[in-house]
Amino acid sequence: MKKPVLREVNDSMGFYALLALFGAIILIALGATYYMEHNGHWVTGMNNQIVWGMPHVFALFLIIAASGALNVSSIASVFGRYQYKPISPLSTVLAAALLLGGLMVLVLDLGRPDRLIVAMTYYNFKSIFAWNIILYNGFLAILVVYLWTQLDQTKNKYSKLAGFVAFFWRLILTTGTGSIFGFLVARQGYDAAIMAPMFIIMSFAFGLAVFMLVMFGAYKWTQRPLGDAIVRRLKNLLGVFIGAVLYFTLVFHLTNLYATEHHGVERFILMDGGIYTTLFWWGHFVIGGLVPLALLYLPQTGMKRSMIALASVLVILGGMAQLYVIIIGGQAYPLEMFPGMEVTSSFFDGVVGTYSPTLAETLLGIGGFAIAMLLVTFVARVLRLLPESLADDVVDPHHSKADA
Amino acid sequence: MTMQNTDQSRRKFLGTSAAAVAGVTIAPGVLLHTPAQARPVDQPATSAQRWGILIDTNQCDAGCNDCVTACQSENGWGSNETKSSPEQQAEWIRKVELKDPNTGYKQSLPVMCQHCETPPCVDVCPTGASMKRADGIVLVDKHICIGCRYCMMACPYKARSFIHETLTDQKTVAPRGKGTVESCTMCVHRVDDGGTPACVEACPGKNGKAMVFGDLNDPNSEISQRLKQYGGKQIRADLGLNPGVRYQGI
Amino acid sequence: MSFRRSIAGLPLIMAGLLALPLSTQAGDPPQVAKGKGDACVEPTDVMRRDHMDFLMHQRDDTMRQGIRTKKYSLNECLECHVQPDESGEVARIDSPDHFCSTCHTYAAVKVDCFECHSDLPKSMNKAAYKHKLTGDDMHHAGIQHEDISKGMLDAIVAGGESK
Repeated sequence: MKKPVLREVNDSMGFYALLALFGAIILIALGATYYMEHNGHWVTGMNNQIVWGMPHVFALFLIIAASGALNVSSIASVFGRYQYKPISPLSTVLAAALLLGGLMVLVLDLGRPDRLIVAMTYYNFKSIFAWNIILYNGFLAILVVYLWTQLDQTKNKYSKLAGFVAFFWRLILTTGTGSIFGFLVARQGYDAAIMAPMFIIMSFAFGLAVFMLVMFGAYKWTQRPLGDAIVRRLKNLLGVFIGAVLYFTLVFHLTNLYATEHHGVERFILMDGGIYTTLFWWGHFVIGGLVPLALLYLPQTGMKRSMIALASVLVILGGMAQLYVIIIGGQAYPLEMFPGMEVTSSFFDGVVGTYSPTLAETLLGIGGFAIAMLLVTFVARVLRLLPESLADDVVDPHHSKADA
Repeated sequence: MTMQNTDQSRRKFLGTSAAAVAGVTIAPGVLLHTPAQARPVDQPATSAQRWGILIDTNQCDAGCNDCVTACQSENGWGSNETKSSPEQQAEWIRKVELKDPNTGYKQSLPVMCQHCETPPCVDVCPTGASMKRADGIVLVDKHICIGCRYCMMACPYKARSFIHETLTDQKTVAPRGKGTVESCTMCVHRVDDGGTPACVEACPGKNGKAMVFGDLNDPNSEISQRLKQYGGKQIRADLGLNPGVRYQGI
Repeated sequence: MSFRRSIAGLPLIMAGLLALPLSTQAGDPPQVAKGKGDACVEPTDVMRRDHMDFLMHQRDDTMRQGIRTKKYSLNECLECHVQPDESGEVARIDSPDHFCSTCHTYAAVKVDCFECHSDLPKSMNKAAYKHKLTGDDMHHAGIQHEDISKGMLDAIVAGGESK
């Protein structure tokens, strides 16, 4: 078996071009943030009905994907699949980078981002949000140690232990993220225990999709060999996760449909919610579910890199659509304070909330992606992160062409 | 420091003895501007009281908005958000019109922060800015509010508003500003002074007031007596939050 | 230039940036507006050093427990230290003549209080005061002053009736 050799990427025009590109996007995002924070949130589409908007869709996507980006590391360390080991460090770094990107978006959308220190020093331990602050910071710390055990030959023996800790931590972390909504008893669209496991499954799919795109990009641009063995394993895994997300979505809505009290909100999301219905069926179900499943499994497209990459992109877009429906659709549906009554007021009671995202808040969200990608690019340059080769004989010595 | 301590204890002594003297020997009117039941300024609010408001919807006129305008002029909201869209403007209290689609029966009632005994907004707040005072008044400590809006997601009554723009010319009694969340304070500054919330004070009612303010812990208070006699309902009683604001006629 | 070399230079640049503010020399200490009373609640040097701690402590007591003693109350500071000048105008917080701004501008310390709190004493709360620095057009662009003063008048009347 060839021993995989990890090597930093070289100085090249491409590397600097990537840094410049991501840097420029981040600068634009920071400009958008300054504009939002200087003026106040009146320049955004968010209001007192839809209190969480586009930044939260992006931030939650990134945070959920961060947990899922660790899949590859976890499979290698926790489940002992050695084939994934060479590429594991990238998985760990990507997880940390996505989390930082998501947190940046979340923090910069706060009404008082200048009070970040308050969020770090005043804790209300009954708040799932406060727990998440600890979970996110803890996850970052664990990832740093985990990466160390993965990259330092002398610390390699601890990588299994670190991998276990990281694996359980990320399950708790995504449970915490899902519970942000699961624990909201007041709103018809939330308040469901299934939110937590559903978010875990979503994390598997979203994180893996981002990971595959990053891996494809890194190996194409550094002109390092990337064999079909690892790609095939990962794309099959992605297919299973997409199916699992659809399954959880089905169970979630079926459960709600059985209870008459939830018919209103279900009707809203599934039938006459306008943009939310469109995003649910076309965005989440078709673009984020059926189409990538077909691309990954149909014999005509299933082994084409470009099609697998397209499927990954669609999973990301579908995931964003799904989160948009959950986060914004869930708020748009009016609170039911007086069941069975028609309600009107000057404060938009009984009315579907309106939200049209502005450029600034969307740019802030995109900036989160740019931060994550900038960090990965940077780390791949300064650390020996990526295997020189992921050709089939490096990934799996027992591999033969006949399997392919 | 010593001077300060002495001064504090002296004030405290004077305060308590004055209250005692007033209570025991002299008529309450002697304590010039503060009514007899007002807590001394240096004493914290305690759980001996639980403040509440009872709203009789039968007395509440659909065309009347007096509680809302009284709250606006007391707390200074409703006119100084000039850039925010109507969807973005704060409302501490609003009149809600109900109509039963089957019978056509109509009702009108004010809805504001319900001052829950177990407030979801307090549970979810990451920093503890969303808080409940010992006497049951639910407030936002804007000093440590980071503007995450999770409390607004959690509130079943849509009682909270986020401030979307820079504000000036706030009322001294009601600080409010950009990037923080706010809601009805039950006019805590008036309550601490032995007074009544502005909405309750302003309510003309149809034949007698539609709103009563008082101590739910005191069985002899008007609010407790009325609740005992006629009962009172909670909005979304299914959530078990035990709000301090109760309704009759819904 | 290699990438590693270029990041090695970063700390130097950072150090240079940090040293910048130190090189500017401070001018004469500012003259703060006098209070209307004879003496403050604490000696001047104590107030200079500890006013923020007094205010912070009071803030938590008032906010969380409803303790409304006057000694360290922010409103009392304003009541005494924010006074109209000879022409009857009052310095607002964005003017360097405002009691708090004078020092805070000098020391370049941001005051967060007036993001939410009124910068006028309660006794002036109900009157529309002109801006000393900017005039009233700039700062309240879009606000109809007649409306505000009418609302305030109504409030005063309502307040009077309730007493």
